[in-house]
Amino acid sequence: MIEVQDLTKAYGPVTAVDHVSFSVQEGEILGFLGPNGAGKTTTMRILTGYLPATSGTARIAGFDVTSDSLAARRHLGYLPEVPPLYPDMSVEGYLDFVLRIKNVPPDKRRSRVADAMEKTNLSDKGPELIKRLSRGYKQRVGLAQALVHDPLVIFLDEPTVGLDPKQIIEVRHLIKNLAGTHTIILSTHILPEVSMTCDRVVIINKGKIAAIDTPQNLTTERKGAQRIFIEAQAPEKPLQELLVQISGAAVEIHPARTSGRVTATMEAAAGKDIRSLVAAKIVEKGWSLFELRGVSLSLEDIFLQLTTDDAEHAEASNEPEKTK
Amino acid sequence: MMRSLYAIYRKEMGHYFVSPVAYVVVAMFLFVSAYFFNLYVREIVEQSFGMPADFDAPAQVLRAFLGLLALLSLFLMPMVTMGLFAEERKRGTMELLMTSPIREIDIVLGKFLASLTLFAVMLLPTALYVVYIWFHTDPAAPLRVVLAGYLGILLFGGCLLALGSFISSLTENQLIAGALTFGLFLLLWALDFGSRGAESALGQTVQYLSVIEHFEDFTRGIIDTSGLVYYLSFIVFFIFLTVRSIDSLRWRRA
Repeated sequence: MIEVQDLTKAYGPVTAVDHVSFSVQEGEILGFLGPNGAGKTTTMRILTGYLPATSGTARIAGFDVTSDSLAARRHLGYLPEVPPLYPDMSVEGYLDFVLRIKNVPPDKRRSRVADAMEKTNLSDKGPELIKRLSRGYKQRVGLAQALVHDPLVIFLDEPTVGLDPKQIIEVRHLIKNLAGTHTIILSTHILPEVSMTCDRVVIINKGKIAAIDTPQNLTTERKGAQRIFIEAQAPEKPLQELLVQISGAAVEIHPARTSGRVTATMEAAAGKDIRSLVAAKIVEKGWSLFELRGVSLSLEDIFLQLTTDDAEHAEASNEPEKTK
Repeated sequence: MMRSLYAIYRKEMGHYFVSPVAYVVVAMFLFVSAYFFNLYVREIVEQSFGMPADFDAPAQVLRAFLGLLALLSLFLMPMVTMGLFAEERKRGTMELLMTSPIREIDIVLGKFLASLTLFAVMLLPTALYVVYIWFHTDPAAPLRVVLAGYLGILLFGGCLLALGSFISSLTENQLIAGALTFGLFLLLWALDFGSRGAESALGQTVQYLSVIEHFEDFTRGIIDTSGLVYYLSFIVFFIFLTVRSIDSLRWRRA
């Protein structure tokens, strides 16, 4: 449904999007994840035909977004970061206007408006002027606008910003329901949102793709790294020395406020399970072990790992060419 | 595509209908024009005593009045055009329009035609004054002069609106657009004064380029091809520039 090949956008010397390639299957929900300024919005703007790419190609429903822009735009709905609303219009009037500029024939407009308002829980707000709505409702009108013409592809730029927790859940639910019949790309910097709604995640940092995978694969298989959490009654320094000796990697250690216990988390190399070794060594020293468990990396950890790793490398090595 | 153009046109008309700006502009226009109409009628009637019998009072009133309508438009049109594109950009709705299957030319023409409609609606009541002199003068001013005069003012207004929409497409700030448009309109006016009766080639050129100069022909009842061509090309030129300017938004850093 969406094919992106080597997409690049440069603003003068700044490269906002750098050779990005991915594809999205019909009915799939793809999440764009990245820190602010990573190039999520720019990528969306290129795909929706708002900005031209410097190089590379992108196709939506088979239409090139640059050379066949009008045809591509016919098949997409887009909710930008700031919902594009006309404050003087009523909700119904606005959605009707959107249908008109999306070239939806007159006989279908009324039912589409009603349908979109129902999906976004706006049914009782039809005649209300948009300027009188609260922020959460405005965001919903923006969402209704993106799906009112029943497009094949829907782009949502930070769709849950400004909503309260209950509304956030509703919106996520709505997005889930739209999948299957619509192909969705949504951008966010909220990690749980991605693991809850998306089939696949693209992690973008500094305009480059750092990883593309399903949320599950990203959290369980990432580099095969293993993390171990330990709680023990032990002197802080010797315990740290012992753990460093075993793992050969960094160990974080925190003395507990009460009870004199110490908690530690350590990274272990891939491939071997060192938990029994750690347990044996601690007991051997005569300390008491209270808890010992493996911790799978959360999406947060992976995200931080990917995005900060990148930054460190770039600064340390200062080489212009890097892997995608 | 006609349908998209109409969608934009309809939206703009709806906007004028609820917008206080449009009401204030129309009300000001009608109020001031009514006041001056009264003044002109009184003055010219007074003058006409002691004038030779072929002094054409109705035509004099009409010319003065049409000149006033032009001047008023010069002052008030910036308020209509300043928000045309600047507001869309500021609100982010430009992003909606530009990611919809609709061409830039439809957006620009839809907006231009809507503002021209507002201008025509604003002019319409002033025709009542003209009807008034029509019935109270003998012989009445020829219909040709009245129609030519109104065609002239409509074309003149079209030029202002086309230039105004172009300026509005250049900035996100309505006030800057308004001030700049107003300044340019004044410059057009000043160019006309400055080049009156000039004999040098430059003066003559400036005279030809003056928007107001051509308008005066119309108020004398002359529909001159050079005037028509001038106005229509002025409008087409600035609509073209507006389309290019909107299109270039895609290349600028948003």
